[in-house]
Amino acid sequence: MFAKILIANRGEIACRVIRTARKMGVCCVAVYSDADAKAMHVTMADEAVHIGASPVGESYLRGDKIVAAALATGAQAIHPGYGFLSENPDFVDQVTAAGLTFIGPSAASIRAMGLKDAAKRLMEKAGVPVVPGYHGEAQEIVLLASKAREIGYPVLIKARAGGGGKGMRRVEHPDDFSEALSGARREAKAAFGDDRVLVEKYVDKPRHIEVQVFGDNFGNAVHLYERDCSAQRRHQKVIEEAPAPGMTPALRKAMTEAAVKAAKAISYSGAGTIEFIVDASQGLKADRFWFMEMNTRLQVEHPVTEMVTGTDLVEWQLRVAAGEKLPKTQSEITLSGHAIEARIYAEDAAKGFLPATGTLHHLKFPDAAPEGATIRIETGVRAGDAISPFYDPMIAKLVVHGSDRQAALDALGSALSQTEIAGSTVNTAFLAALATDTDFSAGDVDTGLIGRHQEALTVVPPPSGETVAAAALAASGAGVQAPSDDPWSSLSGYAHFHTVARRTRLRHGEEDILARVSVRQDGRFEVALDAPYEAVNSHDLRAVPRLARWPGHITVFEGATSYNFAVPDPLAKTDEAAAASDTLRAPMPGLVKLVRVGKGDAVTKGQPLLILEAMKMEHTIAAPHDGVIAEIAVEGAQVSDGTVLVRFAEQDQG
Amino acid sequence: MATLQTQISPSSETFHANAERMRALVADIAEKAVSVERGGSDEARERHQGRGKLLPRERLAQLLDTGSPFLEIGQFAAWSMYGEDISAAGLIAGVGRVEGTEVMVVVNDATVKGGTYYPLTVKKHLRAQEIALQNNLPCVYLVDSGGANLPNQDEVFPDREHFGRIFYNQANMSAAGIPQIACVMGSCTAGGAYVPAMSDETIMVRNQATIFLGGPPLVKAATGEDVSAEELGGADVHTRLSGVADHYAMDDEHALAICRRIVKNLNRNKAVSLNLQKSNPPLHDPHELYGIVPTDLRQPYDVREVIARVIDGSEFDEFKQNYGTTLVTGFAHLHGMPVGIIANNGVLFSESALKGAHFIELCCQRKIPLVFLQNITGFMVGRKYEAGGIAKDGAKLVMAVATAKVPKVTMIIGGSFGAGNYGMCGRAYSPRFLWMWPNARISVMGGEQAATVLAMVKREGIERKGGEWSAEEEAKFRKPILMKYEHEGHPLYSSARLWDDGIIDPAKTREVLALSLSAALNAEIEETRFGVFRM
Repeated sequence: MFAKILIANRGEIACRVIRTARKMGVCCVAVYSDADAKAMHVTMADEAVHIGASPVGESYLRGDKIVAAALATGAQAIHPGYGFLSENPDFVDQVTAAGLTFIGPSAASIRAMGLKDAAKRLMEKAGVPVVPGYHGEAQEIVLLASKAREIGYPVLIKARAGGGGKGMRRVEHPDDFSEALSGARREAKAAFGDDRVLVEKYVDKPRHIEVQVFGDNFGNAVHLYERDCSAQRRHQKVIEEAPAPGMTPALRKAMTEAAVKAAKAISYSGAGTIEFIVDASQGLKADRFWFMEMNTRLQVEHPVTEMVTGTDLVEWQLRVAAGEKLPKTQSEITLSGHAIEARIYAEDAAKGFLPATGTLHHLKFPDAAPEGATIRIETGVRAGDAISPFYDPMIAKLVVHGSDRQAALDALGSALSQTEIAGSTVNTAFLAALATDTDFSAGDVDTGLIGRHQEALTVVPPPSGETVAAAALAASGAGVQAPSDDPWSSLSGYAHFHTVARRTRLRHGEEDILARVSVRQDGRFEVALDAPYEAVNSHDLRAVPRLARWPGHITVFEGATSYNFAVPDPLAKTDEAAAASDTLRAPMPGLVKLVRVGKGDAVTKGQPLLILEAMKMEHTIAAPHDGVIAEIAVEGAQVSDGTVLVRFAEQDQG
Repeated sequence: MATLQTQISPSSETFHANAERMRALVADIAEKAVSVERGGSDEARERHQGRGKLLPRERLAQLLDTGSPFLEIGQFAAWSMYGEDISAAGLIAGVGRVEGTEVMVVVNDATVKGGTYYPLTVKKHLRAQEIALQNNLPCVYLVDSGGANLPNQDEVFPDREHFGRIFYNQANMSAAGIPQIACVMGSCTAGGAYVPAMSDETIMVRNQATIFLGGPPLVKAATGEDVSAEELGGADVHTRLSGVADHYAMDDEHALAICRRIVKNLNRNKAVSLNLQKSNPPLHDPHELYGIVPTDLRQPYDVREVIARVIDGSEFDEFKQNYGTTLVTGFAHLHGMPVGIIANNGVLFSESALKGAHFIELCCQRKIPLVFLQNITGFMVGRKYEAGGIAKDGAKLVMAVATAKVPKVTMIIGGSFGAGNYGMCGRAYSPRFLWMWPNARISVMGGEQAATVLAMVKREGIERKGGEWSAEEEAKFRKPILMKYEHEGHPLYSSARLWDDGIIDPAKTREVLALSLSAALNAEIEETRFGVFRM
C-alpha cells in the first residue's frame, strides 16, 4: 500500500478520499487554490500544497503543478476524485511519466471511452447493446433519412461534436426529417464549428441506469449492481439510488453482464461506470437497454453502491492501484436494502435551478437517521465556508440507507427536513418535494420526470404567519440575552398594568413586513402582523422554532424549506443623511484647484468632483450620493468657508 | 431556612370577600391606567402621528430591549388635579433596559398639552432624576415639549425644585459619571433647549426636532428676521453647523436605534456585590394576597402571610421572633438577592422599635438591602408607654431608617399613618422606591382618630362655654372630616402628588420589589454611619 497519496481535487470528494486513506494508514496531501486556502479538505489533510489562483484553469486543472506538488511532498500516487483531471488521459500520462501511480484506469482505457462514437463502436464490437443509430462519416441527406427509417421513428438527430442539447432534434415523422436536419446542422455549426450529425433511436420514457464496475490489473472485472440516476434537472443528476426501482432479475443480469463485458473489452482497471439508457415505456425489459457511455472514474453517486453492497470503493481504488487484486469476487458481492443519495446544491430551484453562491453562515445536518436506517453526510464545507462562483455549488450529499425503498425515502425526507442551511439559496425543499412526488415515490421515474413536474416541485409556498412571527421575534432581539436570575432579565415584559408592542421590520423577498412584538402577562411573546398573515400569533420562547441568525438575516426552517428574511439595520439610514443635502460646501477657505465634472454630469456616490487646495493640502470633494450636477465651482476660484461648491439637481429624496 | 406555613384557607368566605374587594380595587386602577396610558386626546394623537411621529409609549417601546420590564414611576401623576386630563403629567418616566443596561427613561408626551411642564411634570422629571442619581442609572430623555406651561409659570420656574433643577441635576449627574442622553424628537424650546445642550450625547430627528432659545416668532419680534423653525434650529443646523446636537436621525425609529447604540457604547457594568442565590418562586401563590388582606384596615392579620407570597421559596429566617412581635423582621431572598424584611404586624411598641433599629443595624453592617412592608397605624400611646420612653425608642428606629445607606424599598400594603410612616421608611426617608397597594391609606392619622380628636377639642370648647353638643351634631361634625381623610388618604390622591412612585397590583409585589432592588444595585452600597441613638 502507498505510504502517501496526493488528492488532486477539492470539496466533498477530497474529504471522502482522505477519510478512507486515513483509515488505511495512508497519509494524504491536499492541493488548494487561493479560494480554498482554509477549505475543509485542506484542514483534513496531513499536508497541503497551494497550486494557484481560484479559477480552475489556474489550479485544479493544472496537471503540471499537481504532479510537481506530488513529487515535492513525496506522494507516491495521485487520486483524481471526479471531474477536473479525473478523465484526462494526458494527465494520466503526466503522472505516470513522473514515476507516480494514477489511482484510476490507464490512459488507454480513458482514451478508448473518451470519444463517444468510438466507444459505442467498441462496445458494439464487444457485443454490448448500443442505441440503434447511425454514426457514420457520410452525411448525405438521403443516406441519413434512409438510416432514420431503418432505425425506426421517432429518431433523434444529434451533433457529433455535441453536448448540452445543442444541435439536437427529435423527429416524429419522416416528412419532418429534412427540415429538422438542416436546423440541427445550423445549430451544430454555430455551436461547435462542425455540422456533422448522427442519428439515433429516440427512446421513449428513458431511464438512466448505470452499472458500477471494478477491474484490477489481473484481468478481473466485477460489477457492483446498478444505480438509477433518472432524476435529473438540466441534464444533471440530483437524486440517485440503488438498486433501480422496478429492476427485474432478467434486466439486471443482462445489464451487469454487458457492463462487465464492456470493462473487460478495454482491460479496465479501477472504478468505472457503464451508463445505459433504458426504455421504460413498457416496464423494464431485458432487451430494451442500450450503452450510452462509460465514466472512467469514481462517480459522485458511488456512496449508494457502497451502502447497498457494504463496500468502500475508495479503498478498492487504492488497493487496485497499489497492485492488489479486487477485494471481493463477484459472488461475494451482495445487495442489501435500498440507498438513496440527494445532492444538496446552492441553487434556486424556483428560478430554473440557477446556481447560487454565498457564505454558509449556518450549516446543520441531521445527527442520526430514523430507527432502522443509516445516514451518511458527504460534505466538504463547514459553517462559515463560502460557496464561490469558481466551483461546483454542491454543498453536500445526503445518503440514506433503509431496508427497502420506502424506508430509504422516509429516511431521506426526515434527513432533509432536519438539514439547516442559511446564507445561500439551497435546493432542500425541491429535493424533499421530489422525494414525496407521487410518481417518484412509486418508482415511476424517467429522465423527464422533473421537467414535467417542475412547477409543482419548485413552487415555494409563502411563509406561514408562524414563520414570519418567529423571524420577527428573532429579529426583535427577544431572548437574545443569556437567561439570568436578574429580574431585569427574567421578568420579561413586566409592566404595572399594560405593555406596548415594539416594532420590528423584516423583508421577505420584495415584501416589507412590519411586526409588533409585545410580551404578555404570562411572559409569552405576542407578534402582531398585518395581512395576509394571521392577525396575531402567540409564541412561547421555550418552544424555539428552528432558525438561524446570520449577518443582516434570519432564516427560518419549515420542514425542508428555508425562508430567508432580511433584517434591515435601523442604523443604516445614517448614509441617507448626506442625501438630505443638495449642496456641498467648502469645509474651509481655499482654492478650487481642479474641477473634474461639469454641469449636467451624472455622478455616483464617492466620485471625486473637485479638488480644493487649502492650508497647502489638497482636499478631494466627493459626491455624497448619486446625482446630477446642477452647479459647480469654477477652477481657480478662491472660496471661503461654507461657500457652496456643488449644487445637485433636485431629486426625489424619498 | 425556615419555610413560612400558611394559615389561610382560600375556600373560606372571608377570603372570597377580601379577594373580591381587592380585585375590584385593582380593576379600577387598571382601568384608570388605560386612560392614562392613552395620553392626550384622540385628536392630539392623530395629529402627532400625522407628522410621522411615533406615540410616546411607542417610542419608549422602541427604545427598550424587546421584552424589557418597564418599572414606570408616577403613572398617576397629576391625576384629577388640573381640572382636565393631564395624563401622567404629560411625561412618561421609569426604569427599563436598553442593550442590557438599566436606564432611567424620561419621555415627553407632546399629545398632552404639547408636552408642556405643569408643576407635577417638573416634580416627576425631578423624581426620575433623583432615582437615576441614587441608583446610578444613565438617563435617556426623549424630548418633545413646548417647555414650561406658561399659565403655571409661578409654580414651575423660580423655585429650587423647579425647572432649573432639571439642568442642575443633569450637570451633576454627568459630573458623577451618570450618562445623560437626549433624543430630540420634537420641539425643545427656550429653557427646554438645555436638556439636549446639557446632555453628554444628543440626537435630533430631521424635520421634527428643533432646538432654539427663541422660536421664529420671538426672533421676528426681536430682530425682524424671518426664519423657519427648521432653518433656525433643525437637526441639520445643529448637527452640522452649531454642534448643539451630535447625531442626525431620519425619523423616530432611526433616532431610537442611534440612542440604543449610544447606550451600548457606554461601557457600563452592573457589579452586584451581594451574595446571590438561585431565584425560586414563593411556595404560596402571590395571587392569594387578594384574599388575605382584610377589607377593613383595622382588622389584624399576620403579615407573614404576605411575606410568604413575596420571597423566594417562602423561606424566611426571622430575627427576634419572640421579641417586639408587632414588628416582623428577618432575612430572605428575592429573585436570588438577599434582603432584610421589616413588616408591621400591629402597632409599634418600644420593643418593636428597638428590634427594628437593631435589625437595620445588622443589614447595614452586612450591606443587605431593606424592604419595608408598611401597614402601620402608629406608635403605641398611653402613660405607661410614654413613661417607658416610646418616643426615644421610636426615635432610634427613625434614626436607623433615616441614616441606613443600604437600598431601601418601601411597599405600603395597608395603613400609613403618623410617625409610623417615618419609622417604616415613608417618602421623607428616601427609600429608593416607594409603592402602594390600591387598598392602602396614607395620612397623618386615621380618619376616625382625626375626627375623634377634632370632635373632642370642639366639644371641650363648647362645654367650656357652657354649651351643649348633641351626638347628632357631633356625627354631623365628624362626617366631612372622615370624608376628607378618606379622599386625601386614597392612593390615587397620593400618587397624583407623587408622594409615592406608583400604585401596583398586590399580586405583582414580588416583581416590583425585585425590579426596584435590582435597579438599586446599579449603585454601589455605601457604608452606613448612624447618628446618635438616644439611649
